[in-house]
Amino acid sequence: MNNEAAIAGIGQTKYSKNSGVSELALACEAVLGAIRDAGLEPSQVDGLTTFLMDSSDEVEVARALGLGDLTLLSRVAYGGGGAVGLIHQAAMAVATGAAKYVVAYRALNGRSGQRMGQGVSGDIITSDLIHWSWYMPYGMLTPASWVALAAQRYMHEYGATHEDFGEVAVQTRQHAINNPNAAFYQTPLTMEDYLGSKWVTEPLRLFDCCQETDGGCAILVTTPERAKDLKQPAAVIRGVSQASFDGQEQMTSFYREDMSWLPEMELAGKIVYEQSGLGPKDIDASILYDAFTPEVLMQLEAFGFCGKGEGKDFVKDGGLLRGGKLPNNTHGGLLSESYIHGVNNIAEGARLIRGTSYNQPEGVEHVLVSSGVGVPTGALILGKA
Amino acid sequence: MLTPEKKKEFEEQIRAYVGKPISPPTPARDEVNEPMIRQWCDAMGDELPIYLDSDAAAKSVHGGLVAPPAMLQAWTMEGFSMHEGYDVPRNEEHRLHKLMTDAGYTGVLGTDIEQEFHRYLRPGERVTVNTVIADISPEKATGVGTGYFITTRSTWTDEAGEEVGWLSFRVLKFIPKDPPKPASDGGAVQSKPSRIKPPRGQDNAWWWDEVANGKLPIQRCKSCGKLRHPPRPICDACGATGWDFIESTGRGTLHSFTIIRYPQFPGYEFPIIAALVDLEEGQRIVSNVVDCDPADVKIGMKLQSFIHEDEDGFKLPLFRPVA
Repeated sequence: MNNEAAIAGIGQTKYSKNSGVSELALACEAVLGAIRDAGLEPSQVDGLTTFLMDSSDEVEVARALGLGDLTLLSRVAYGGGGAVGLIHQAAMAVATGAAKYVVAYRALNGRSGQRMGQGVSGDIITSDLIHWSWYMPYGMLTPASWVALAAQRYMHEYGATHEDFGEVAVQTRQHAINNPNAAFYQTPLTMEDYLGSKWVTEPLRLFDCCQETDGGCAILVTTPERAKDLKQPAAVIRGVSQASFDGQEQMTSFYREDMSWLPEMELAGKIVYEQSGLGPKDIDASILYDAFTPEVLMQLEAFGFCGKGEGKDFVKDGGLLRGGKLPNNTHGGLLSESYIHGVNNIAEGARLIRGTSYNQPEGVEHVLVSSGVGVPTGALILGKA
Repeated sequence: MLTPEKKKEFEEQIRAYVGKPISPPTPARDEVNEPMIRQWCDAMGDELPIYLDSDAAAKSVHGGLVAPPAMLQAWTMEGFSMHEGYDVPRNEEHRLHKLMTDAGYTGVLGTDIEQEFHRYLRPGERVTVNTVIADISPEKATGVGTGYFITTRSTWTDEAGEEVGWLSFRVLKFIPKDPPKPASDGGAVQSKPSRIKPPRGQDNAWWWDEVANGKLPIQRCKSCGKLRHPPRPICDACGATGWDFIESTGRGTLHSFTIIRYPQFPGYEFPIIAALVDLEEGQRIVSNVVDCDPADVKIGMKLQSFIHEDEDGFKLPLFRPVA
C-alpha cells in the first residue's frame, strides 16, 4: 500500500462541549464537508467506513445526504484504535476498485451525550463484556485508570517523571493556542498549571487526559490518479497499517511480561516504514494519538524516534514544538484541540501535507499519524503527490 | 429541553443582561454604626479592639473606631425582603433568574466570591452600592447539572463618590440532574449503592463461584498444564479445551498500581488503590489493595489476598500488604 490511495477531502464540524444536535447531524455535516472540500458531489461517493461504536449508520448518512449507491460499507472496532483503520479500509477499497470515493467518518456527542468510562453492562453476554468483568468490580471503569497502570510501570522502569508528562501537555497546548477550532484556543498552559491540576487517577492528572468533545470529522479517500482532478492538493498514502500484538487486550494488555512498551504500535510502525521505504529520520512531523500524555512518550519510542525509555529526553527543550526535533500534534491533539477519536488527528496529518496547519512547520514532506494506544491500532504515513 | 432555535433565542435574551445594572445605585438604609458593628463582631467572633473599644481604637493608627472591612456588603443588604424570592422580580437580576428558571434552569448555587476593600469605613459614613451583571458564561456541564455561571459585580462608594471596595459574586443557574429515585415500594429502606458486579457468562461465572466459596482460583489446561488468567475457553499453548483450576496461595508482588480519585462512582470508596499483582504461581491479576495508605504503595511490595464480602453478599478477592 504505497501511492495507491490519497486523502483528497477533509470535513469537520465545530468542536464543542454541547453540540445541541444529534450525532447523525454531526456525521452528515462532517461527511458533506469532506465531499465539498474535495470538490465532489454527494452522489459520487460510493463507500463509507466508520467506527464500530459510531451511532450513525452508513445508510442513514447516505439517505440524509443523498449519496446514492454504495459498494463499500465497513466498520472498524476498538474505539480510537480504529481511526487509522478507517483509512486502511478506504485505501484498500479504492486501490482494489471496490469503491472510487470513500468517506471515513466519526461523529459523537462525547461530552453532552454518552461519556467514556461509565462502566459496561448489558444482558447479552459477549466476550467483550466478560473481558470488562475483571476490572469493573475493582472500580477500574475509566480509560484513564487502565492507562495509569501502564504509565506507573513505565515511570518505574525508565525514571520518567510527572514533569516529563507535563512537557507533552504544555507543548501540545502551545499548538492549540493558534488553532481557532481548538477547545483551548488562546488558552496557554504552564508547567505550574499542569503540576497544580488535580489528580484523576495517579500518576495521571487532569491535564494528562484528553478532551471530551461533541463533534464530527470526515476524511475522503480516493486514488492518487483521481485526486489529481480534485480541488485540494492530495495527501498521498505512503503506508497504512492495522496492528494487534501477542497478548493484546482492549486497553488492558496487563499480562505481558513487560508492559512498559507498545509492541502493537511498533508493529504498526514497522509495516508503514516497510511499505513506504521510509524511516523515522524521513518523518518531518507526527500526529501521535494523545488520549493521555505518557502514551506520547511511549510512541516516540515505538516508532523509533528515540530508544526505549528515552521519550522523556526527546521531549525536553521543546522537542515536540513546531520548531522542535519532531513537530507533533500541531493542531493541539486530543489533549487540547478535541477528541474526535483520532479522526481529527488524521485531518491534521493531511493539512500538514497541504501546508495549511495553523502551526505549519517548514518543508514537511512526510507525516506519520498513529491511532489509539493500548488497543489494536494502526499507523499511517502521508506524503506529497 | 429547548430546540436549537429556542435555545438561540433564550441565549440572546439572557446575554442582553450582560452589562446591565440590576437597579439604580442604592444607598445603605443606615449609616455605618456601632450597634451593627458590635452585633456583626459578636456573630463572627471578632474581638479586635479597633472595632469594639473606642479608647483602644483612639490610640491605634486609626485614631478612632472603624468598621470591619468584610462588613461592606452588610451595610447595603436588602434584609428580610430577600426571603420573598425571585418569583416577583424586583430588579434586573431577579428578572434574569426568573427567565432562566422558566426555561428549566431552576437550580441555583453560589460558587465563589472575590472581593477587595480599599479602606476602612468609620461610624457616620453612608455607602451606596451599584451592582452590575458582569458576565454570563457559555453553557457548562457540571456535576450538579448543565447551566450558566452568572457573575455580578458590586461596587461601593462613599458620600464623595470615591470607591471604597468591590465584590464579585458568581452563581451557577442550572438544570438539576435527575434526583435519585425514591424506593419503588415507598416504605422500604433504600439499599446503599454497591460496586458493579461482573457480568457472568460461561467463560467466567465458575471463577466467581469459586471466589464465593472462599478460593482464589487459577485456570489450568488439563492437557498441557499451562496456567491462564483471566480465564478463557481454550488453551493458547496447545489448543485443548479441557481445563480445571488450582487454588492460588494469594501471595504476590505489586507489579503496578493507580490511585483512582476521580470520577467517584457510587458503590465504591475513594480513593481506590487499583493494583496489578504478580501471583507467586506466575499469573498476574487485577485487584484492589486495602488496609494501606495510598502514600505507602510501592511497586514490588509484598501482598496477600483475602476474600472480601460486601454488605450485599458479593465476594471478591482483595489484597493487603504483608507486614
